[in-house]
Amino acid sequence: MIATQHPLTASSLNYNPWAPRNVWNRAMNLLVGLFSFMAVLPLVVVILYVLYKGGGAITPAIFTELPPPPGLSEPMGMGNAIIGTAMVTGVAALVAIPIGVGGGIHLAEVARNGWFAQSIRFGVNVLAGVPSIICGLFIYALVVNTRILWGESFSAMAGSLALAVLMLPTIVKTTDEGFKLVSQELRMGSLGIGASRFVTITRVVLPAAISPIATGVVLGIARAAGETAPLIFTALFSPFWPDWSSGLGLLAPTATMSVQIYNFGIMPFAPQVQLAWAASFILVVMILAANLLARWLARFSAS
Amino acid sequence: MFTNKKRPWTEKLVDRAFIRMTAILASVVSLTVFGIFFTVGFQAVFQGDLSSLLPWNPDSIWQGIAAWNDEETFGVRWGAIPHFGLGFLANSSWNPVRNDYGALTPIYGTLMTSALALLLAVPLGVGTAVFLTEDFLPQKLRATIGFMVELLAAIPSVVLGLWAMAMLNGFLAVFTPLHTHLGWLPFFGTEPGGPNLAMASLILVVMLLPIITAVSRDSLNQVPMELRQGAYAVGATRWTSIFQVQIPAAISGIVGGTMLALGRALGETMAVTMIIGNSTNLSVSWFSPSSTIASLLANQFGEADDIQVSALYYAALVLMILTFLVNICAQIVVKRLALKYD
Repeated sequence: MIATQHPLTASSLNYNPWAPRNVWNRAMNLLVGLFSFMAVLPLVVVILYVLYKGGGAITPAIFTELPPPPGLSEPMGMGNAIIGTAMVTGVAALVAIPIGVGGGIHLAEVARNGWFAQSIRFGVNVLAGVPSIICGLFIYALVVNTRILWGESFSAMAGSLALAVLMLPTIVKTTDEGFKLVSQELRMGSLGIGASRFVTITRVVLPAAISPIATGVVLGIARAAGETAPLIFTALFSPFWPDWSSGLGLLAPTATMSVQIYNFGIMPFAPQVQLAWAASFILVVMILAANLLARWLARFSAS
Repeated sequence: MFTNKKRPWTEKLVDRAFIRMTAILASVVSLTVFGIFFTVGFQAVFQGDLSSLLPWNPDSIWQGIAAWNDEETFGVRWGAIPHFGLGFLANSSWNPVRNDYGALTPIYGTLMTSALALLLAVPLGVGTAVFLTEDFLPQKLRATIGFMVELLAAIPSVVLGLWAMAMLNGFLAVFTPLHTHLGWLPFFGTEPGGPNLAMASLILVVMLLPIITAVSRDSLNQVPMELRQGAYAVGATRWTSIFQVQIPAAISGIVGGTMLALGRALGETMAVTMIIGNSTNLSVSWFSPSSTIASLLANQFGEADDIQVSALYYAALVLMILTFLVNICAQIVVKRLALKYD
């Protein structure tokens, strides 16, 4: 009776480019392609811009001279800030690595999943989420304002402590995760032939887990080297070389590259702005190198 | 266990000492968290430094509390929380001359920049993550793009701030037509003439993108191949499969990454401080200079004294509680929504 039913032909199985769902499909393909392009674009632009602006400002004098007084353009250097960043970040790593690795070992090897481990892991997550400027305010109140470090207020040491607080959660987490990757048989074997727990952990498990830990530590240090907010009220800034002769090297206000970018970048003087770009260049190159190193370390562990 | 008895006592001592030591090192983390909350809270309640907690200090708060009704000493020098109470959160004036402080402007700035940044960064980030988990490009190229996006996360925020300041005129060129054509909207109400809230949000987008992309990509990668094959087998197109199967399966990671990014956006300091204009006048418009809690701290803490320091610590406490809540929510969401595949 009803003859309006469409006959089923082979052509209805063909891809119909104008079917709504196919149009929608292609539109969405295009859209995410565009999104990815927009996500990668700023990276390329920022890095190229920093390399272009900063690379032009790099001269041998950058590493050996001090920054010029405001209004002058001689000498053009920032050797003090380069040393300062190395000093502050280095001391921070010296403080944070033993605490972080030790704490991570306790979480992974001793406490495992008890209430103590859970509460520490919760603390690690909370600490990882604390804004970096608040780490600075905390160390300011604890160390700088109370002059607890031999009566000195702003100091490289205070800056290091603030950065150490910042690095701590990363290091604990990577140690915890790294130890979990080590197979249980290794521990059993070591304990089985009569090694003590101390020997098992430090001589057997730690070497087996060293590469993910090293990866995390390298990334943590790289991140800390670029941090500014915790340093502006702790290490402060200084236009001079660290003074080792009076014994105040680590206990005096110290210039760092990241604070220099902030302080000089907002100044109206061209030489200072140029130095800010030079510092950005060095920081970005350093951080890219650290990331490549971390990738290499990670590949090293995979093989 | 019988071997344990035959061990030399030195070895047992080393073992026990080592385990004690790691326990102490692990507690340092919790002590630090506690210390941060305590210190910031203390400075918000009292003026003066932490050493006034020591009972033998002449400025000790204990002696101040004991002498609270002594007219010569006036007892304790109370800080911002007793002075301003909860009204601090709803007061929009920040006046160091009259010592009248309220955090409404920076709270508005913090929430508005973060919300705007998330609004842009979530579609971009999740879109990129989908692009990188589908087979649009060869595997090698996708891995390279993924690595490049992760590198973006490693660029220090102060460098991004410096870059944003150099790009100021470029931003203005985009914002000015928005103002001339859509100026009747309150959000576009002021003429963009310098650093402003919208620029800070755009810089935040650049900082949040890598977090959202990386976390979403990881969780999309963990969706089992069988789910995708099943969707294709019943005739779903690529995007039906993505929207109906893969994104719902990976939603815990995506939401978790977004919350993580929100926590980061709330506390982001340097880039925002350099580009937001640091004005403490409340304005609804996105094109007027504003401030966030973090930028207020970075900008004012160095020159503040007495009650202003305490007010800044109060603002810091508000920021800490905000980020703390966001991070807790992120952890709960990830645990609740996580689907387990074996």
